[in-house]
Amino acid sequence: MSDVVLQVLNATCERGGRALFAPVSFTLLAGQAMHLQGDNGAGKTSLLRSLCGLSSLSQGQLLWLGQPVSLVREVFWRDVFYLGHALGLKDELSALENLQLCAALAGQSLSASDAGQALGEQGLGGRMHLPLRVLSQGQKRRVALARLQVSTARLWVLDEPLVALDAAAQHALTALLQTHIQQGGMLLFTSHQSLDVGNAMQVLRLQP
Amino acid sequence: MNIFFTLVQRDLRLAMRRKAEVLNSVFFFVVVATLFPLAIGPEPAMLRQIGPGVLWVGALLATMLGLSRMFEGDYRDGSLEHMLLSPHSLGLMVLGKITAHWLLCGVPLVILAPALGLQFDLSEEALWMLSLSLLLGTPVLSCVGAIGAALTLGVRGGGILISLLVLPLFVPVLVFGAGAVQALESGVGAQAHVSILLAMLLPALFFSPWACSAGLRIALE
Repeated sequence: MSDVVLQVLNATCERGGRALFAPVSFTLLAGQAMHLQGDNGAGKTSLLRSLCGLSSLSQGQLLWLGQPVSLVREVFWRDVFYLGHALGLKDELSALENLQLCAALAGQSLSASDAGQALGEQGLGGRMHLPLRVLSQGQKRRVALARLQVSTARLWVLDEPLVALDAAAQHALTALLQTHIQQGGMLLFTSHQSLDVGNAMQVLRLQP
Repeated sequence: MNIFFTLVQRDLRLAMRRKAEVLNSVFFFVVVATLFPLAIGPEPAMLRQIGPGVLWVGALLATMLGLSRMFEGDYRDGSLEHMLLSPHSLGLMVLGKITAHWLLCGVPLVILAPALGLQFDLSEEALWMLSLSLLLGTPVLSCVGAIGAALTLGVRGGGILISLLVLPLFVPVLVFGAGAVQALESGVGAQAHVSILLAMLLPALFFSPWACSAGLRIALE
C-alpha cells in the first residue's frame, strides 16, 4: 500500500504579514516519516499547526487521500494525532482518567484495562491513579506518549516529542514510532535531536 | 451525543477537585444578598420592592465571576487544541461546557434564591417566581457569557473585556427576570415576562455553541 496519502502543495505560513518560510511541497506516503527541520522561529510549529487544521495556511493546498482537507475535515481529524508543546492533560485528573478522556475526544473508546496497560508500558503502572499535578514534567510527557500508544490515527504529527524525556523513554518512543511506521502509519515531526525511525525518512528543512 | 455528556462529566469532575472556584461565585451571591437588607434597614415595604432586583443583580454578577475561566484552563493546557481537532462536533462539546458551567454556577443560585429571598420579606408566590425566572434566565447568562469568554480567550485583560462585551446583552435578561417577580407582586401577572425569558433562552441555546465554536477557532489561530 503506497498510495499518496498526505500531499502538501506550495504551502507557507504568515506571521504579522510576513511569510515565515519559502513555500514547501512534499508528499507523505503510508509507511513514511518526515523530519521537519529549521532554526528557532523558522515556522516549524506554525506549519505543523496549519497542517493539522488548527490554523490556516496563508498560501498553498493540503490534500488528504487526494481530496482537499477542508472538504473532508472529519475524516482527516479521525486520522490525525497531534501532540504539541501543550500536552492537553488536566492536572486535577489522574493519568488514567486523562487517557480515557483524550481517547473519547479523539473519537475512540478505550477500556480502563487497555488504558492501564498502556500506562504500565510507559512505566507509570503504580501512579496511574494519582492526580497529574504530583507527577514530574517527564512523567506527564510519558502520559502523553501513552496516548500515542493507544491512538488509532494514521498520521502522527509530533512537535518536539523528545523534550523532557530521559534516555529510556526516548528509546521507548523511538521503538513506538518505528512500529507505527512499519504498520503503514505516517509520521511528521520536528525535533532538534535526531530520531531514528528507519529508512523511510525524509528530511525537510524550512528556509526563510 | 455521547461527547456532550463526556464533556459535562469532565467539567463537573474538574470542578469537584477544585471546589474553591465554584464556591467562589455562590459565596459571592450569598454575601451580596445578605448585606443589602442589613445595610438598608428593616423596612419590609422597601425590602420587598428592592428584593427581586438585588437578587437578580447578585445572580448576574456571580455568573460573570466564573465566565473568564470557562475556556481558559482548556486553552492553557492544550485540551482546547484537542477539542478542535476532534472528529466530534465542536458545537456539541461547547454546549457540554456551557451546560457544566450552568450546573455549577446557575443551578446553585436557583436553589439558594428562595432562601435568600426570605430576607427581603418576599411572599411565597414571589419566591417561586424568583426561582422560575432564575431557572430560565441563568442559562441565557451562561450561553451569552460563553460567547464573550470565547471571543476574549487569550487576550490580556480579557476579564474586563468580557464584562464590556456581555453586560449590554445581560441587561434584557435582568430587566425581564427581575420584572417577572415585580409584576407578580404588583398583581399584573408574570406570564408575559416568563414568555419573553423563554423566548430569549431558546435562540441563545441554539446560536451560542455555534458562535462560541467560531470564536474558539479564531482564538487558536
